[in-house]
Amino acid sequence: MEQTPLAGIGRLASSRQLHIALATAVFLIYPFLVSDYFIDIAFYFGIYTLLGLSLNIVLGEVGLFDLGHAGFYAIGAYTTAILNTKFGIPILVLLPLSALAAALFAYVVCSPVIHLQGDYLLIVTLGMGEIVRLALINNPFDLTGGPNGVYGIDFPSLGPWLVIDSSLEYYFLIWLIVGLTILGLTKLQDSRIGRAWNYIREDETAANANGIDSRSYKLLAFVMGAALAGVAGNVYASKLMCVSPESFTFWESCLMFCIVLIGGMGSIPGVIIGAAFIGLFPEIFRPFAMYRMLIFGSAMMLMMMFRPGGVWPRKRGAVKYESLLGGTGRTDA
Amino acid sequence: MHVILEQIINGLTIGSFYALIALGYSMVYGVLKLINFAHGDFFTLGSYLGYTVLVFGAALLTAHFGLWGAIMAALVFAGVSLAIVGLIVERVAYRPVYPAGRLPAVVSALGASIFLQNAIMVLWGPRFQAYPPALIPNVRIQFGNIHLTLLQIMILLLSFVLMGTLYYIVQKTTFGAAIRATAHDRKTASLMGININKVILFVFTLGPALGAVTGIMVGMYYRQISFTMGWNYGIKAFTASVLGGIGNIPGAMLGGLILGVLEMLGAAYISAAWKDVFVFIILILVLIFRPTGILGEKRAEKV
Repeated sequence: MEQTPLAGIGRLASSRQLHIALATAVFLIYPFLVSDYFIDIAFYFGIYTLLGLSLNIVLGEVGLFDLGHAGFYAIGAYTTAILNTKFGIPILVLLPLSALAAALFAYVVCSPVIHLQGDYLLIVTLGMGEIVRLALINNPFDLTGGPNGVYGIDFPSLGPWLVIDSSLEYYFLIWLIVGLTILGLTKLQDSRIGRAWNYIREDETAANANGIDSRSYKLLAFVMGAALAGVAGNVYASKLMCVSPESFTFWESCLMFCIVLIGGMGSIPGVIIGAAFIGLFPEIFRPFAMYRMLIFGSAMMLMMMFRPGGVWPRKRGAVKYESLLGGTGRTDA
Repeated sequence: MHVILEQIINGLTIGSFYALIALGYSMVYGVLKLINFAHGDFFTLGSYLGYTVLVFGAALLTAHFGLWGAIMAALVFAGVSLAIVGLIVERVAYRPVYPAGRLPAVVSALGASIFLQNAIMVLWGPRFQAYPPALIPNVRIQFGNIHLTLLQIMILLLSFVLMGTLYYIVQKTTFGAAIRATAHDRKTASLMGININKVILFVFTLGPALGAVTGIMVGMYYRQISFTMGWNYGIKAFTASVLGGIGNIPGAMLGGLILGVLEMLGAAYISAAWKDVFVFIILILVLIFRPTGILGEKRAEKV
């Protein structure tokens, strides 16, 4: 067959680099075309993406059921809020500190329960998330401001010459963080650690038998996931300028869980799609008013019917699903 | 001393709510290894249906059947309706995703939960609804030093009758043996000629019906219901079923009662604001030392 010059373009058009370059270009141009309202929507989409990526480490890569991830998010947000309002520490200094606080919290609370399997881990993490939220409501040592939360959090700034205080600047801040995170996580997926995580997810016993210290690797996943959630909490707190316990409910944890599963476990592009669904869907369907959440719920069910492995499942190292009915010979299901 | 006893009885009342809801979670989990997140909303829907019957049909029903008749009618109506809703949800939301495994089923369950919750909001409005006052005459009964209301006694009585019946069905009848066998090992059970389909339909009828009855009791006890209350009760009841050993039916009952009593004692003797924290800490401690719950059996890991 004769080789046409177009084939080269075709090959280029399907290449990964080009897709990434196109996506980046869209992200760079988008905020200059729309109003602040839509920039803010894209900001929250970024927050959900970061949260989805953070839970994806725990749930997607290692297969640990974590339904209390909002707790880590809350620790990050409140660390920022309290240290900034009480001691005036700048937000950007608090960014790594919030990550550290959430990571430390995850290490302390997950160490004693990391041996639990499946649903028992799920309920324990759920309980921890709830304990964090209830503790914030109860205002221990007069730090968290009870149900009203903490007010008056600063804008992030690099000295007087760069203050991040507009929707546009927040948009670039969050997507810069998301971009760097994606770069790091992509490298991590192919590393020794990433492969060990996937091995544990697929068969923990075999992984142990091959000399993988599954306990440490599982803890590492929790610590890293929590740190990323802490970063998201930091940016979220300074964007809203206040934090309150109702932003960190069990419901938020459920949404993060859905982001990972709708996109496809362990798949980074999947997380972005899942976050887009969770973050953008209720906004797009706002004209439907009170019916929009009905549509949202139905869409979640439909997605799982038609794409049970997620919208963009990971190709290599994809998760195997086992039928809930086992080999019962039910063919109508 | 009598204060503790009163608190324990209050705790048993709340605990029996948790236990009845927990049974729904536990039965479905036992058979399908699926956490039915929509179960809390079955409970809410039952409560709202009972509310509608009691508020709008009360005059007619009490004229024909008397007050107890009206309450019975509400319980039966909500129970039967929710059994049907349970079947529909199983058919629409869960059955198509069974082959895909448990995690997609979790998302589907959350979707079903959002759908039901918002359907309730659309139908009855977003505000709190109040149950009619003093449906059951507000009589206080005294045993020695302990004061109880008639409502509380009725709730405890009905709950224990329901739990006793379910216990009998599951532990003593042939069909119950089929349910337990399915929960234990589904594949072998189906090879032994057990109709798994029937078992699944049974748990998706009975669980929501029990939830609906509980919803009406909660409505009469607290008198205020909201469309989001399913989440709170759902989390507590799910916690209770894990505490007792998930998938284990006596375990769910025991877990619910223990959770209710702990919550009441925690509220009375530690701090009302921290009672839920106290409950979750106990749960985590139990799971650290007994990872499969109080009555859950230890199973060797298959390699």
